[in-house]
Amino acid sequence: MFEQLYNAIFIGSIYALFAVGFALVFSVLDILNLAHPTVFMLGAFAALFAIATLGLPWWLAVPIAFVATGLFGILLDRIAFAPLRRRGAPPLSAMISSLAVTLAVVRVVELRYGGDFITFPAGTVPSFLIHVGGATLEGVRLAIIGLSIALMLVLTYLVRGTALGREIRALAENPRAARILGIDVERAIAATFFISSGLGGLAGVLLAFAYNSLDSRMGLPLELRAFTVMVVGGMGSLPGAVIGAYLLGLGEVASLVYLPAELRDAFAFGLLFLVLIARPQGLLGQRPADRI
Amino acid sequence: MRYGAVEAVHGISFTAEAGAVTALIGANGAGKSSTLAAISGLVPATGHVAFEGRDLSGSAPHAIVRAGIVQVPEGREILARMSVEENLLLGLRGSRDAVHGAYERFPILAERRALAAGNLSGGEQQMLAIARALLARPRLLLLDEPSLGLAPKMVAAVFEILADLKRQGVTMLLVEQNALRALRLADRAYVLDLGRITMSGTGEALLHDEAVARTYLGG
Repeated sequence: MFEQLYNAIFIGSIYALFAVGFALVFSVLDILNLAHPTVFMLGAFAALFAIATLGLPWWLAVPIAFVATGLFGILLDRIAFAPLRRRGAPPLSAMISSLAVTLAVVRVVELRYGGDFITFPAGTVPSFLIHVGGATLEGVRLAIIGLSIALMLVLTYLVRGTALGREIRALAENPRAARILGIDVERAIAATFFISSGLGGLAGVLLAFAYNSLDSRMGLPLELRAFTVMVVGGMGSLPGAVIGAYLLGLGEVASLVYLPAELRDAFAFGLLFLVLIARPQGLLGQRPADRI
Repeated sequence: MRYGAVEAVHGISFTAEAGAVTALIGANGAGKSSTLAAISGLVPATGHVAFEGRDLSGSAPHAIVRAGIVQVPEGREILARMSVEENLLLGLRGSRDAVHGAYERFPILAERRALAAGNLSGGEQQMLAIARALLARPRLLLLDEPSLGLAPKMVAAVFEILADLKRQGVTMLLVEQNALRALRLADRAYVLDLGRITMSGTGEALLHDEAVARTYLGG
């Protein structure tokens, strides 16, 4: 039971890192960035490249993957979203162009690494066990939980307590007011994409480390989950996304214990369904009337 | 003495002199607000904006604010979910001490600093919008319908603030439906009708012009 709870918090932490970035872009730009799972995958491959090709230690690969995917996020915005934004295109166009980026990037990664599961070179990824009472736990997961929680605290400070965060929130609430106030909107959007994609990429590295496995499509299962988490938490609410992520992690692990394994994905849909019926605006979402 | 000149949109051309209050009056839909939006770079415009010898045509809104042209927009555009203090900090250019100055000028904002700005009354929101714009240290303050939708008592209070700013030598370009108050305040005024300037003169002269009185002052 304790081990199940431990795993639930671990997977919830990965979902949370992934989903806060997804929710951040949604709250600022009102678009669903369907390339976010690709950024997740790229984070893992950036770490693999740093470790296997450049011969760097894992603890350097983590910040490298963060910065590399953050920069990729800025590039993604310039290529897939900024041109549409200038033309005032509807959010649906942005979804399609981010999907196109996803397909292209997945192919490029497969050209270099193939489409199968791969592992990190032997002995390059940290792995150790800890014993708590009668339970044996994977130590890396504890480190990942700790790092995720620390990062979410840093993100909270950044968004709530800094000038950049204030500008990002202003842009999310009222783009016209943000422009009138002299906020450099494109710079704030670039920062949003750097943070969002950096955290998404980091989630990818951490999951790849924990399982010692990565592949070009590893981000896809996260897409539906991030969407579920965002709806459950309240569209665009960052604390909502974090709470939703841990709820989903707990629910999935519970469903594995009590239900056949095939129903794991059905659980995410089921949770989404229930929340939409009971509380359409999500746990921490504002009622539509409040948003206007 | 600085000299600030502004020309904008739709084939109309006018100048706002440094240290003076310039008013644009006219009926709804005359193009007053679009003119201010074009000066601030909020809408694409083919016109020409020159300010303190610099050509600002086609600049991004944030570059225009940095150049010293700051707008108090119609409808106030305060950030309703953010606190009063955060709204002020968003406008701030330079030292944080200036926020204390804003609280001294607008004590009601000091009282409500931690409150979400959406909870303020219309008049208080207008004070917030003006205070926020002043913190950006404007060398030209654009005011778009500052009295719109306010109770008569608040309208008087807002114009008192504007008169105060005028005494301090703040350069202002005022767009206002309340032509009587606008003309009383303005050093120079332009009458806009269907996107064209039909008349111009000192505020005093237009105030006593018969045609203006008939059309805009309800005389």
